[in-house]
Amino acid sequence: MVTAKHPKVGVLALQGDVREHVRVLSGLGADVVPVRRPSELDEVQGLVIPGGESSVMDKLARSFGLFESLRQRIRSGMPVYGTCAGLIMLADRVEDASPGQQTLGGLDVTVRRNAFGSQLESFETELSVPSVADEPMHAVFIRAPIVESVGDAATTLASLGDGRVVAVEQGNLIGTSFHPEMTGNTVFHEYFLRRVRAVADTASATP
Amino acid sequence: MTDTNPTQQFGSDRVKRGLAKMLKGGVIMDVVTPEQARIAEDAGAVAVMALERVPADIRAQGGVARMSDPDLIEAIIAEVSVPVMAKARIGHFVEAQVLQALDVDYIDESEVLSPADYVNHIDKWQFTVPFVCGATNLGEALRRINEGAAMIRSKGEAGTGDVSEATKHIRQITSEINTLKSMTKDELYVAAKELQAPHDLVAEVASTGKLPVVLFTAGGVATPADAAMMMQLGADGVFVGSGIFKSGNPEQRAAAIVKATTFYDDPSVIAEVSRGLGEAMVGINVGDLPAPHRLAERGW
Repeated sequence: MVTAKHPKVGVLALQGDVREHVRVLSGLGADVVPVRRPSELDEVQGLVIPGGESSVMDKLARSFGLFESLRQRIRSGMPVYGTCAGLIMLADRVEDASPGQQTLGGLDVTVRRNAFGSQLESFETELSVPSVADEPMHAVFIRAPIVESVGDAATTLASLGDGRVVAVEQGNLIGTSFHPEMTGNTVFHEYFLRRVRAVADTASATP
Repeated sequence: MTDTNPTQQFGSDRVKRGLAKMLKGGVIMDVVTPEQARIAEDAGAVAVMALERVPADIRAQGGVARMSDPDLIEAIIAEVSVPVMAKARIGHFVEAQVLQALDVDYIDESEVLSPADYVNHIDKWQFTVPFVCGATNLGEALRRINEGAAMIRSKGEAGTGDVSEATKHIRQITSEINTLKSMTKDELYVAAKELQAPHDLVAEVASTGKLPVVLFTAGGVATPADAAMMMQLGADGVFVGSGIFKSGNPEQRAAAIVKATTFYDDPSVIAEVSRGLGEAMVGINVGDLPAPHRLAERGW
Protein backbone atom coordinates (compact mmCIF):
# COMPACT_ATOMS: atom_id res chain seq x y z
CA MET A 1 0.00 0.00 0.00
CA VAL A 2 1.32 3.40 -0.96
CA THR A 3 1.53 5.77 1.99
CA ALA A 4 -0.50 8.96 1.84
CA LYS A 5 2.73 10.93 2.25
CA HIS A 6 4.08 9.72 -1.07
CA PRO A 7 0.93 9.10 -3.07
CA LYS A 8 1.15 7.32 -6.40
CA VAL A 9 -0.11 9.68 -9.07
CA GLY A 10 -0.32 9.32 -12.81
CA VAL A 11 0.22 11.68 -15.71
CA LEU A 12 -1.89 10.84 -18.76
CA ALA A 13 0.86 10.08 -21.28
CA LEU A 14 -0.97 9.75 -24.59
CA GLN A 15 0.49 13.00 -25.94
CA GLY A 16 1.58 16.44 -24.70
CA ASP A 17 3.89 17.98 -22.09
CA VAL A 18 3.95 14.86 -19.92
CA ARG A 19 7.58 15.19 -18.85
CA GLU A 20 7.09 18.71 -17.43
CA HIS A 21 4.31 17.50 -15.12
CA VAL A 22 6.27 14.39 -14.08
CA ARG A 23 9.19 16.61 -13.08
CA VAL A 24 7.05 18.95 -10.94
CA LEU A 25 5.16 16.12 -9.21
CA SER A 26 8.33 14.11 -8.53
CA GLY A 27 9.93 17.25 -7.10
CA LEU A 28 7.01 17.49 -4.67
CA GLY A 29 7.65 13.95 -3.42
CA ALA A 30 4.96 12.08 -5.35
CA ASP A 31 5.56 8.66 -6.87
CA VAL A 32 4.73 9.43 -10.52
CA VAL A 33 3.90 7.01 -13.33
CA PRO A 34 2.87 7.63 -16.93
CA VAL A 35 -0.63 6.34 -17.71
CA ARG A 36 -1.52 5.03 -21.17
CA ARG A 37 -3.48 1.86 -20.31
CA PRO A 38 -6.40 1.00 -17.99
CA SER A 39 -4.11 -1.26 -15.92
CA GLU A 40 -1.80 1.71 -15.25
CA LEU A 41 -4.76 3.89 -14.29
CA ASP A 42 -5.86 1.28 -11.73
CA GLU A 43 -2.63 1.78 -9.79
CA VAL A 44 -2.82 5.56 -9.26
CA GLN A 45 -4.62 7.61 -6.63
CA GLY A 46 -4.75 10.80 -8.68
CA LEU A 47 -4.15 11.88 -12.27
CA VAL A 48 -2.83 14.92 -14.12
CA ILE A 49 -4.02 15.45 -17.68
CA PRO A 50 -1.27 17.51 -19.35
CA GLY A 51 -1.27 20.21 -21.98
CA GLY A 52 -1.28 19.03 -25.56
CA GLU A 53 -3.87 18.52 -28.26
CA SER A 54 -7.19 17.57 -26.65
CA SER A 55 -8.60 16.06 -29.85
CA VAL A 56 -5.61 13.69 -30.11
CA MET A 57 -5.80 12.64 -26.45
CA ASP A 58 -9.52 11.98 -26.89
CA LYS A 59 -8.99 9.75 -29.94
CA LEU A 60 -6.18 7.78 -28.35
CA ALA A 61 -8.04 7.35 -25.05
CA ARG A 62 -11.02 5.93 -26.95
CA SER A 63 -8.91 3.67 -29.22
CA PHE A 64 -7.13 1.98 -26.34
CA GLY A 65 -10.03 1.43 -23.94
CA LEU A 66 -8.89 4.08 -21.49
CA PHE A 67 -11.79 6.48 -21.98
CA GLU A 68 -14.46 4.59 -20.02
CA SER A 69 -12.01 3.70 -17.22
CA LEU A 70 -11.12 7.37 -16.89
CA ARG A 71 -14.78 8.36 -16.73
CA GLN A 72 -15.47 5.78 -14.03
CA ARG A 73 -12.52 6.91 -11.89
CA ILE A 74 -13.58 10.56 -12.25
CA ARG A 75 -17.14 9.65 -11.22
CA SER A 76 -15.88 7.72 -8.23
CA GLY A 77 -14.00 10.78 -6.94
CA MET A 78 -10.39 10.35 -8.04
CA PRO A 79 -8.59 13.74 -7.87
CA VAL A 80 -7.71 14.97 -11.38
CA TYR A 81 -5.90 18.13 -12.39
CA GLY A 82 -6.09 19.18 -16.05
CA THR A 83 -3.99 21.93 -17.67
CA CYS A 84 -5.08 23.45 -21.01
CA ALA A 85 -6.03 20.35 -23.05
CA GLY A 86 -6.61 18.65 -19.68
CA LEU A 87 -9.17 21.33 -18.76
CA ILE A 88 -10.95 20.64 -22.06
CA MET A 89 -10.97 16.89 -21.33
CA LEU A 90 -12.59 17.55 -17.94
CA ALA A 91 -15.25 19.96 -19.19
CA ASP A 92 -18.85 18.79 -19.54
CA ARG A 93 -19.32 20.99 -22.64
CA VAL A 94 -16.88 22.18 -25.35
CA GLU A 95 -17.28 24.92 -27.96
CA ASP A 96 -15.25 24.80 -31.19
CA ALA A 97 -14.54 21.12 -30.67
CA SER A 98 -12.88 19.03 -33.37
CA PRO A 99 -15.58 17.03 -35.26
CA GLY A 100 -16.67 14.07 -33.12
CA GLN A 101 -14.57 15.16 -30.15
CA GLN A 102 -15.75 13.84 -26.79
CA THR A 103 -14.73 14.80 -23.28
CA LEU A 104 -14.46 12.86 -20.05
CA GLY A 105 -16.50 15.52 -18.27
CA GLY A 106 -16.91 16.09 -14.56
CA LEU A 107 -16.53 19.87 -14.46
CA ASP A 108 -19.87 21.63 -14.90
CA VAL A 109 -18.45 24.21 -17.30
CA THR A 110 -18.46 25.15 -20.97
CA VAL A 111 -14.94 25.53 -22.34
CA ARG A 112 -14.01 27.15 -25.66
CA ARG A 113 -11.00 25.61 -27.44
CA ASN A 114 -8.28 27.94 -28.83
CA ALA A 115 -10.31 30.82 -27.42
CA PHE A 116 -7.62 33.47 -27.87
CA GLY A 117 -6.84 32.62 -31.51
CA SER A 118 -3.66 31.41 -33.18
CA GLN A 119 -0.22 31.01 -31.61
CA LEU A 120 0.39 34.75 -32.19
CA GLU A 121 -2.14 35.38 -29.41
CA SER A 122 -0.37 33.09 -26.90
CA PHE A 123 0.97 35.07 -23.93
CA GLU A 124 2.35 35.19 -20.40
CA THR A 125 0.86 37.31 -17.61
CA GLU A 126 0.50 37.67 -13.85
CA LEU A 127 -2.61 36.07 -12.41
CA SER A 128 -4.14 36.26 -8.99
CA VAL A 129 -5.59 32.98 -7.66
CA PRO A 130 -6.70 33.95 -4.14
CA SER A 131 -7.97 30.56 -2.94
CA VAL A 132 -4.83 28.71 -4.07
CA ALA A 133 -1.93 31.15 -3.67
CA ASP A 134 -1.32 34.29 -1.61
CA GLU A 135 0.85 35.93 -4.24
CA PRO A 136 -0.11 36.48 -7.89
CA MET A 137 1.41 33.76 -10.04
CA HIS A 138 3.03 33.88 -13.46
CA ALA A 139 0.79 32.11 -15.98
CA VAL A 140 1.54 30.94 -19.53
CA PHE A 141 -1.34 30.63 -22.01
CA ILE A 142 -0.60 28.67 -25.21
CA ARG A 143 -3.40 28.47 -27.78
CA ALA A 144 -5.35 28.26 -24.57
CA PRO A 145 -9.01 27.52 -23.89
CA ILE A 146 -11.17 29.69 -21.66
CA VAL A 147 -14.13 28.79 -19.50
CA GLU A 148 -17.08 30.46 -21.22
CA SER A 149 -19.63 29.63 -18.57
CA VAL A 150 -19.42 28.13 -15.11
CA GLY A 151 -22.33 25.91 -14.06
CA ASP A 152 -23.80 25.84 -10.56
CA ALA A 153 -21.74 22.87 -9.45
CA ALA A 154 -18.34 24.37 -10.36
CA THR A 155 -16.38 27.20 -8.72
CA THR A 156 -14.20 29.84 -10.37
CA LEU A 157 -10.62 29.95 -9.06
CA ALA A 158 -9.14 32.64 -11.32
CA SER A 159 -10.10 35.13 -14.00
CA LEU A 160 -8.15 37.42 -16.30
CA GLY A 161 -8.45 41.18 -15.78
CA ASP A 162 -11.28 41.30 -18.33
CA GLY A 163 -13.28 38.72 -16.37
CA ARG A 164 -12.66 35.67 -18.56
CA VAL A 165 -12.48 32.57 -16.36
CA VAL A 166 -9.23 30.57 -16.63
CA ALA A 167 -9.24 28.26 -13.57
CA VAL A 168 -12.08 26.24 -12.00
CA GLU A 169 -12.67 23.42 -9.55
CA GLN A 170 -15.45 21.08 -8.61
CA GLY A 171 -15.10 18.41 -5.93
CA ASN A 172 -11.76 16.73 -6.58
CA LEU A 173 -11.39 18.09 -10.12
CA ILE A 174 -9.22 21.12 -10.92
CA GLY A 175 -8.76 22.70 -14.34
CA THR A 176 -6.58 25.59 -15.56
CA SER A 177 -6.30 27.17 -19.02
CA PHE A 178 -2.64 27.90 -18.33
CA HIS A 179 0.47 25.80 -17.67
CA PRO A 180 1.94 26.00 -14.13
CA GLU A 181 4.18 23.05 -15.12
CA MET A 182 6.10 25.43 -17.41
CA THR A 183 6.91 28.20 -14.94
CA GLY A 184 8.30 26.48 -11.85
CA ASN A 185 5.36 27.65 -9.73
CA THR A 186 4.13 24.53 -7.92
CA VAL A 187 1.09 25.84 -6.02
CA PHE A 188 -1.48 24.13 -8.24
CA HIS A 189 0.34 20.81 -8.14
CA GLU A 190 0.57 21.08 -4.33
CA TYR A 191 -3.13 21.91 -4.20
CA PHE A 192 -3.82 18.80 -6.32
CA LEU A 193 -1.55 16.56 -4.19
CA ARG A 194 -3.34 17.72 -1.00
CA ARG A 195 -6.57 16.42 -2.55
CA VAL A 196 -4.90 13.14 -3.45
CA ARG A 197 -3.59 12.71 0.11
CA ALA A 198 -6.97 13.61 1.61
CA VAL A 199 -8.75 11.00 -0.51
CA ALA A 200 -6.06 8.39 0.23
CA ASP A 201 -6.35 9.09 3.99
CA THR A 202 -10.13 8.72 3.88
CA ALA A 203 -9.80 5.46 1.97
CA SER A 204 -7.26 3.97 4.40
CA ALA A 205 -9.36 5.09 7.43
CA THR A 206 -12.33 3.09 6.15
CA PRO A 207 -12.28 -0.39 7.79
CA MET B 1 -8.65 40.22 -7.00
CA THR B 2 -7.43 43.45 -8.52
CA ASP B 3 -9.20 45.41 -11.21
CA THR B 4 -6.00 46.24 -13.00
CA ASN B 5 -5.23 44.28 -16.12
CA PRO B 6 -1.63 43.08 -15.83
CA THR B 7 0.47 43.27 -18.94
CA GLN B 8 0.37 40.39 -21.34
CA GLN B 9 3.62 39.41 -23.00
CA PHE B 10 3.33 37.92 -26.48
CA GLY B 11 5.95 36.03 -28.50
CA SER B 12 8.29 35.35 -25.56
CA ASP B 13 10.78 32.50 -25.69
CA ARG B 14 8.69 30.54 -23.22
CA VAL B 15 5.52 30.97 -25.25
CA LYS B 16 7.26 30.05 -28.52
CA ARG B 17 9.05 26.99 -27.14
CA GLY B 18 5.94 26.15 -25.15
CA LEU B 19 3.77 25.33 -28.16
CA ALA B 20 6.37 22.79 -29.32
CA LYS B 21 6.19 21.17 -25.87
CA MET B 22 2.46 20.74 -26.32
CA LEU B 23 3.09 18.88 -29.60
CA LYS B 24 5.33 16.26 -27.95
CA GLY B 25 4.41 12.64 -28.50
CA GLY B 26 2.48 13.69 -31.58
CA VAL B 27 2.61 13.44 -35.36
CA ILE B 28 2.75 16.51 -37.62
CA MET B 29 1.49 15.72 -41.11
CA ASP B 30 2.18 17.40 -44.49
CA VAL B 31 -1.06 18.34 -46.28
CA VAL B 32 -1.60 20.03 -49.63
CA THR B 33 -5.38 20.57 -49.59
CA PRO B 34 -8.06 21.35 -46.97
CA GLU B 35 -9.45 17.83 -47.62
CA GLN B 36 -6.12 16.27 -46.67
CA ALA B 37 -5.95 18.54 -43.62
CA ARG B 38 -9.36 17.23 -42.53
CA ILE B 39 -8.19 13.62 -42.95
CA ALA B 40 -5.06 14.41 -40.94
CA GLU B 41 -6.96 16.00 -38.03
CA ASP B 42 -9.50 13.16 -38.02
CA ALA B 43 -6.65 10.64 -37.89
CA GLY B 44 -5.12 12.34 -34.84
CA ALA B 45 -2.47 14.70 -36.25
CA VAL B 46 -1.24 17.04 -33.53
CA ALA B 47 -0.61 19.74 -36.17
CA VAL B 48 -0.52 19.99 -39.96
CA MET B 49 2.09 21.43 -42.31
CA ALA B 50 0.37 23.34 -45.10
CA LEU B 51 2.23 23.20 -48.42
CA GLU B 52 1.60 23.15 -52.15
CA ARG B 53 3.55 20.04 -53.00
CA VAL B 54 4.78 17.27 -50.73
CA PRO B 55 8.55 16.74 -50.86
CA ALA B 56 8.20 13.65 -53.10
CA ASP B 57 6.51 15.80 -55.75
CA ILE B 58 8.97 18.68 -55.33
CA ARG B 59 11.66 16.10 -56.05
CA ALA B 60 9.83 14.61 -59.04
CA GLN B 61 8.85 17.92 -60.61
CA GLY B 62 12.03 19.86 -59.87
CA GLY B 63 12.28 23.62 -60.29
CA VAL B 64 12.37 26.25 -57.55
CA ALA B 65 10.14 25.40 -54.58
CA ARG B 66 8.72 28.40 -52.70
CA MET B 67 6.27 29.37 -49.96
CA SER B 68 2.71 28.20 -50.66
CA ASP B 69 -0.12 30.36 -52.00
CA PRO B 70 -1.71 32.36 -49.12
CA ASP B 71 -5.16 31.21 -50.31
CA LEU B 72 -4.16 27.59 -49.77
CA ILE B 73 -2.70 28.28 -46.33
CA GLU B 74 -5.80 30.22 -45.26
CA ALA B 75 -8.12 27.49 -46.54
CA ILE B 76 -6.23 24.91 -44.50
CA ILE B 77 -6.27 27.15 -41.39
CA ALA B 78 -10.04 27.51 -41.84
CA GLU B 79 -10.50 23.74 -42.12
CA VAL B 80 -8.74 22.46 -39.00
CA SER B 81 -8.68 23.24 -35.28
CA VAL B 82 -5.17 21.90 -34.63
CA PRO B 83 -2.11 24.16 -35.15
CA VAL B 84 -1.11 24.91 -38.75
CA MET B 85 2.54 25.22 -39.78
CA ALA B 86 3.85 26.48 -43.11
CA LYS B 87 7.24 26.50 -44.81
CA ALA B 88 9.42 29.46 -45.73
CA ARG B 89 12.62 29.18 -47.78
CA ILE B 90 15.90 29.23 -45.83
CA GLY B 91 16.85 32.89 -45.36
CA HIS B 92 13.65 34.25 -46.93
CA PHE B 93 12.57 36.59 -44.16
CA VAL B 94 9.84 38.18 -46.28
CA GLU B 95 8.12 34.83 -46.87
CA ALA B 96 8.29 34.48 -43.08
CA GLN B 97 6.75 37.93 -42.61
CA VAL B 98 3.93 36.93 -44.96
CA LEU B 99 3.33 33.65 -43.11
CA GLN B 100 3.20 35.51 -39.79
CA ALA B 101 0.68 37.95 -41.29
CA LEU B 102 -1.42 34.94 -42.37
CA ASP B 103 -1.58 33.88 -38.70
CA VAL B 104 0.12 30.50 -39.05
CA ASP B 105 1.02 28.88 -35.72
CA TYR B 106 4.60 27.84 -36.62
CA ILE B 107 6.98 28.54 -39.51
CA ASP B 108 9.29 25.81 -40.80
CA GLU B 109 12.41 27.42 -42.28
CA SER B 110 12.86 24.47 -44.55
CA GLU B 111 15.51 22.91 -46.74
CA VAL B 112 12.69 21.17 -48.62
CA LEU B 113 12.11 24.50 -50.39
CA SER B 114 14.86 26.11 -52.48
CA PRO B 115 17.10 28.26 -50.25
CA ALA B 116 16.74 32.04 -50.77
CA ASP B 117 20.04 32.87 -49.08
CA TYR B 118 23.09 30.61 -49.11
CA VAL B 119 24.80 32.54 -46.29
CA ASN B 120 22.22 33.65 -43.71
CA HIS B 121 19.26 31.99 -42.12
CA ILE B 122 16.28 34.09 -41.00
CA ASP B 123 16.80 36.16 -37.83
CA LYS B 124 13.96 34.42 -36.02
CA TRP B 125 14.13 36.63 -32.91
CA GLN B 126 12.40 39.36 -34.94
CA PHE B 127 9.16 37.38 -35.12
CA THR B 128 6.25 36.75 -32.75
CA VAL B 129 5.47 33.45 -34.50
CA PRO B 130 7.78 30.57 -33.50
CA PHE B 131 10.08 28.74 -35.94
CA VAL B 132 11.12 25.13 -36.38
CA CYS B 133 14.38 24.46 -38.25
CA GLY B 134 16.09 21.35 -39.54
CA ALA B 135 19.44 20.05 -38.29
CA THR B 136 21.69 17.15 -39.18
CA ASN B 137 23.93 17.46 -36.11
CA LEU B 138 24.19 19.21 -32.75
CA GLY B 139 26.21 22.20 -33.98
CA GLU B 140 23.64 22.97 -36.66
CA ALA B 141 20.80 22.62 -34.13
CA LEU B 142 22.48 25.05 -31.72
CA ARG B 143 23.19 27.56 -34.49
CA ARG B 144 19.50 27.54 -35.37
CA ILE B 145 18.50 27.92 -31.71
CA ASN B 146 20.95 30.82 -31.44
CA GLU B 147 19.11 32.46 -34.35
CA GLY B 148 15.82 32.03 -32.47
CA ALA B 149 14.47 28.62 -33.51
CA ALA B 150 11.97 27.40 -30.88
CA MET B 151 11.91 23.79 -32.08
CA ILE B 152 14.37 21.56 -33.96
CA ARG B 153 13.68 18.67 -36.28
CA SER B 154 16.22 16.34 -37.73
CA LYS B 155 16.35 16.80 -41.49
CA GLY B 156 16.29 13.26 -42.78
CA GLU B 157 16.00 13.07 -46.54
CA ALA B 158 12.53 14.40 -47.27
CA GLY B 159 10.39 12.89 -50.00
CA THR B 160 12.23 9.58 -50.21
CA GLY B 161 10.39 7.26 -47.83
CA ASP B 162 13.90 6.16 -46.82
CA VAL B 163 14.29 6.66 -43.08
CA SER B 164 18.04 6.05 -42.92
CA GLU B 165 19.03 9.74 -42.97
CA ALA B 166 16.56 10.61 -40.20
CA THR B 167 18.07 7.78 -38.17
CA LYS B 168 21.58 9.07 -38.84
CA HIS B 169 20.69 12.62 -37.77
CA ILE B 170 18.87 11.75 -34.56
CA ARG B 171 21.67 9.37 -33.57
CA GLN B 172 24.26 12.02 -34.39
CA ILE B 173 22.53 14.71 -32.29
CA THR B 174 21.97 12.33 -29.36
CA SER B 175 25.52 11.05 -29.37
CA GLU B 176 26.99 14.56 -29.55
CA ILE B 177 24.83 15.55 -26.55
CA ASN B 178 26.12 12.51 -24.64
CA THR B 179 29.71 13.45 -25.46
CA LEU B 180 29.16 16.98 -24.11
CA LYS B 181 27.67 15.59 -20.89
CA SER B 182 30.88 13.72 -20.14
CA MET B 183 33.15 16.76 -20.69
CA THR B 184 34.69 18.95 -18.03
CA LYS B 185 33.95 22.69 -18.02
CA ASP B 186 37.25 23.68 -19.59
CA GLU B 187 36.74 21.23 -22.46
CA LEU B 188 33.45 22.90 -23.40
CA TYR B 189 35.26 25.93 -24.91
CA VAL B 190 36.94 23.76 -27.49
CA ALA B 191 33.74 21.77 -27.94
CA ALA B 192 31.91 25.01 -28.75
CA LYS B 193 34.59 25.90 -31.29
CA GLU B 194 34.38 22.47 -32.92
CA LEU B 195 30.59 22.47 -32.97
CA GLN B 196 30.69 26.04 -34.34
CA ALA B 197 28.05 26.93 -31.78
CA PRO B 198 27.83 29.55 -29.01
CA HIS B 199 29.53 28.52 -25.78
CA ASP B 200 26.54 29.38 -23.55
CA LEU B 201 24.27 27.00 -25.49
CA VAL B 202 26.93 24.28 -25.50
CA ALA B 203 27.35 24.66 -21.71
CA GLU B 204 23.57 24.51 -21.24
CA VAL B 205 23.30 21.28 -23.22
CA ALA B 206 26.26 19.80 -21.32
CA SER B 207 24.61 20.48 -17.97
CA THR B 208 20.99 19.56 -18.84
CA GLY B 209 21.79 16.66 -21.17
CA LYS B 210 19.24 17.78 -23.73
CA LEU B 211 18.50 20.49 -26.25
CA PRO B 212 16.85 23.61 -24.79
CA VAL B 213 13.99 23.11 -27.27
CA VAL B 214 11.83 20.19 -28.39
CA LEU B 215 13.43 17.81 -30.93
CA PHE B 216 11.29 16.05 -33.55
CA THR B 217 12.46 13.89 -36.43
CA ALA B 218 11.53 14.30 -40.06
CA GLY B 219 12.38 12.97 -43.46
CA GLY B 220 11.53 9.56 -44.82
CA VAL B 221 9.17 8.36 -42.07
CA ALA B 222 6.64 6.16 -43.91
CA THR B 223 5.43 3.42 -41.56
CA PRO B 224 4.25 3.04 -37.95
CA ALA B 225 7.48 1.17 -37.18
CA ASP B 226 9.54 4.06 -38.63
CA ALA B 227 7.78 6.51 -36.31
CA ALA B 228 8.19 4.24 -33.29
CA MET B 229 11.90 3.78 -34.04
CA MET B 230 12.41 7.56 -34.10
CA MET B 231 10.69 7.78 -30.70
CA GLN B 232 12.82 4.97 -29.28
CA LEU B 233 15.91 6.81 -30.54
CA GLY B 234 14.89 9.79 -28.40
CA ALA B 235 12.73 12.01 -30.61
CA ASP B 236 9.96 14.00 -28.93
CA GLY B 237 7.65 13.44 -31.92
CA VAL B 238 7.65 12.99 -35.69
CA PHE B 239 6.90 14.84 -38.89
CA VAL B 240 5.45 12.71 -41.67
CA GLY B 241 5.63 14.31 -45.09
CA SER B 242 5.01 12.36 -48.25
CA GLY B 243 4.64 9.09 -46.34
CA ILE B 244 0.91 9.44 -45.69
CA PHE B 245 -0.72 10.92 -48.76
CA LYS B 246 1.61 9.08 -51.18
CA SER B 247 0.45 5.75 -49.73
CA GLY B 248 -2.44 3.47 -50.63
CA ASN B 249 -4.68 4.21 -47.65
CA PRO B 250 -3.88 7.61 -46.11
CA GLU B 251 -6.64 7.63 -43.44
CA GLN B 252 -5.66 4.30 -41.97
CA ARG B 253 -1.91 4.84 -42.29
CA ALA B 254 -2.12 8.26 -40.63
CA ALA B 255 -4.11 6.88 -37.67
CA ALA B 256 -1.70 3.94 -37.38
CA ILE B 257 1.35 6.22 -37.27
CA VAL B 258 -0.32 8.31 -34.53
CA LYS B 259 -0.95 5.22 -32.40
CA ALA B 260 2.55 3.83 -32.97
CA THR B 261 4.05 7.17 -31.90
CA THR B 262 2.21 7.06 -28.55
CA PHE B 263 2.87 3.32 -27.97
CA TYR B 264 6.36 3.46 -29.49
CA ASP B 265 7.75 1.05 -26.89
CA ASP B 266 5.01 -1.58 -27.27
CA PRO B 267 5.70 -3.90 -30.23
CA SER B 268 2.31 -5.59 -29.90
CA VAL B 269 0.52 -2.29 -30.53
CA ILE B 270 2.86 -1.44 -33.42
CA ALA B 271 2.20 -4.88 -34.94
CA GLU B 272 -1.55 -4.46 -34.54
CA VAL B 273 -1.71 -1.04 -36.20
CA SER B 274 0.65 -2.13 -39.01
CA ARG B 275 -1.76 -4.83 -40.27
CA GLY B 276 -3.45 -4.34 -43.64
CA LEU B 277 -2.30 -0.78 -44.25
CA GLY B 278 -1.92 -1.37 -47.97
CA GLU B 279 0.89 -0.03 -50.02
CA ALA B 280 3.44 2.31 -48.41
CA MET B 281 4.93 5.04 -50.58
CA VAL B 282 7.26 3.45 -53.11
CA GLY B 283 10.15 5.71 -52.23
CA ILE B 284 13.70 6.25 -53.38
CA ASN B 285 16.83 4.92 -51.71
CA VAL B 286 18.91 7.85 -50.51
CA GLY B 287 22.04 6.16 -51.90
CA ASP B 288 20.57 6.41 -55.41
CA LEU B 289 20.16 10.19 -55.15
CA PRO B 290 22.93 12.19 -56.78
CA ALA B 291 24.44 14.60 -54.24
CA PRO B 292 22.98 17.83 -55.71
CA HIS B 293 19.48 16.45 -55.06
CA ARG B 294 20.04 15.73 -51.38
CA LEU B 295 17.94 18.22 -49.45
CA ALA B 296 19.60 17.54 -46.09
CA GLU B 297 22.76 19.18 -47.39
CA ARG B 298 20.94 22.50 -47.70
CA GLY B 299 21.46 24.74 -44.66
CA TRP B 300 24.62 24.89 -42.62
